[in-house]
Amino acid sequence: MTAPLTPVVTKRWLSPRSWAIQSYEQLEGYTALRRALAAHPDQLIQLCKDSGLRGRGGAGFPTGLKWGFIPQNDGKPHYLVINADEGEPGTCKDIPLMMADPHSLIEGSIITCFAIRSSFCAIYVRGEALHCIRRLQAAVDEAYKAGYLGKDILGSGFDCDIVVHAGAGAYICGEETALLDSLEGKRGQPRLKPPFPATSGLYSAPTVVNNVETIASVPFIVNGGSDWFRSMGTQKSPGPKIYSISGHVELPGQYEAPLGTTLRQLLELAGGMKDGVPLKFWTPGGSSTPLFTTEHLDVALDFEATAAAGSMLGTTALMIFNETVSVPWAVMKWTEFYAHESCGKCTPCREGTYWLVGILERMLRGDGTPADIDTMLDLCDNILGRSFCALGDGATSPIISAIKYFRHEFLALCERQPALAGAH
Amino acid sequence: MTTPGYVFGAQIVADAQQIIGRYPQPQSALLPLLHLVQSVEGYVSQAGIAFCAEQLGLTTAEVSAVATFYTMYKRHPCGEHLVSVCTNTLCAALGGDAIYGRLSEHLGVGHNETAGEPGAVGSVTLEHAECLAACDLGPVLQVNYEYYDNQTEDSALELVRALRRGERPDPTRGAPLTGFRDVSRQLAGFFDGKQSDVDAPSAAAETLRGARLANERGWTAPVMPDDAPLPPVPEKK
Repeated sequence: MTAPLTPVVTKRWLSPRSWAIQSYEQLEGYTALRRALAAHPDQLIQLCKDSGLRGRGGAGFPTGLKWGFIPQNDGKPHYLVINADEGEPGTCKDIPLMMADPHSLIEGSIITCFAIRSSFCAIYVRGEALHCIRRLQAAVDEAYKAGYLGKDILGSGFDCDIVVHAGAGAYICGEETALLDSLEGKRGQPRLKPPFPATSGLYSAPTVVNNVETIASVPFIVNGGSDWFRSMGTQKSPGPKIYSISGHVELPGQYEAPLGTTLRQLLELAGGMKDGVPLKFWTPGGSSTPLFTTEHLDVALDFEATAAAGSMLGTTALMIFNETVSVPWAVMKWTEFYAHESCGKCTPCREGTYWLVGILERMLRGDGTPADIDTMLDLCDNILGRSFCALGDGATSPIISAIKYFRHEFLALCERQPALAGAH
Repeated sequence: MTTPGYVFGAQIVADAQQIIGRYPQPQSALLPLLHLVQSVEGYVSQAGIAFCAEQLGLTTAEVSAVATFYTMYKRHPCGEHLVSVCTNTLCAALGGDAIYGRLSEHLGVGHNETAGEPGAVGSVTLEHAECLAACDLGPVLQVNYEYYDNQTEDSALELVRALRRGERPDPTRGAPLTGFRDVSRQLAGFFDGKQSDVDAPSAAAETLRGARLANERGWTAPVMPDDAPLPPVPEKK
């Protein structure tokens, strides 16, 4: 039985100047790199597969499998791109990680590059995360000086460069192919898949795109082994995970626990609901994951159980809303966000989110009719699965789930009842 | 047609070349180059677009298409400071909408508008921002992309008043406040080696809550084995 909290990637955060290379090296930093460089790259890919590590950026794709898709001996350069464009509403784990422990991401990146036979890694950081960019750049400079980056790393003959790249304010760039276009100096719009980045990614070369928390986990897996990693979490969702708890709780913050922990358990750790005002709705993994309610307090927050309960684990961004918050108001705010961030490439998302905002704003003004609810569901039906990328799908999640669980609140708006304010 | 070299001197040309040298292919330098020109002029002007185009061998239309896609590239001169208030759902529910409204009223400006002469000391551009990825610290705002966490209407108003007076209150997380142009240069990758900026505060109580709680209660991840074996080299299929 594992402990309720299992700090792994968050453990070093408590150490003084945890972002400095001296602190990192004192805390086993760069020992996994030495171990990895002494191994065969295919052993590392196999280790990652054996560990069951799944992507921490939202989709949960098996990381080792992704690495294994990179064609070898193809004569092309390979690339590693770190998706550090954290921006899914509610998600706030990668930014504290990069601030507190940038070297874990750098060490994980070097190991991953070695495994997939890449000698260039770009860390694409959201532009608004300036302090992370500052810390990462300083850490990269330190790593070069210490010989962990550059030519012939630690005498292994392996070369690796990392560039820290600042984005410029576009949620869509968190979508991996939009991120790649952005990194190529273009508008950040998603690409048609296939081909997938593994065969045709950055500069049309084989590319692995992984999330920050995923890659920061790699040095621990190299040192601890796959069995150790699997001693936390569940069979299909192994390992620890940073649960980010925000909103109407007493003690919001970052809580790293085994995958499969429930909201009931996490709420207890976070001191319960703020001022004892009861829970009304919450997201398991950001605004693009369908809402949950008090019915779902005991759902195991792993990839399988969350999906079976009708939502998605996403980024384990638990936004907690109490009874004072109007569901239609929250949904309207999120929909305004999706409409703003829709890149405009495909019609269902560009037009659909625009019209959804119009309907929701009208309903919130008290000018809606019950038929608007059906119109929204119809619109969602034309967006979900018909959009170019997951942004459009995500935009429908709050609406469909809110109508499923809280239709009465939308109907109440039609009776010209005053919309509840945003809660205070 | 503005001559790019007129606004952007030899140093900026050298900086641009250094940026281009970071990447396997030159066009990847476009986003940092746009941050760079913004650091000179406080926004992305037509001259800035022409400069980027010239450095990369692109057309100005190609550069404009990129510059107008991203919200961090300002199309009008920005204030000395850029104040970004998160008004996404969670922050809004915790008071972010009210904070934005109060600041807008106080400054007499709306989204992407500037109080004072843009660029002059104490000038402030206001914007409402989407989720700033600090939800456990909401409601949040940023000044020049440094975090001011757990804000109230009063604290935000006092902050903005101080900025208008030419003061620079320290952020909760981030380096001591500079100006929008200075941080634009940092976003282009030029930090000029200030260790004190690197060491500036980052970890809020919220950030460390889980790790601290585990520490207090003696909860840890399972102990790693001393010498965990790596799997054998897989046979080629």
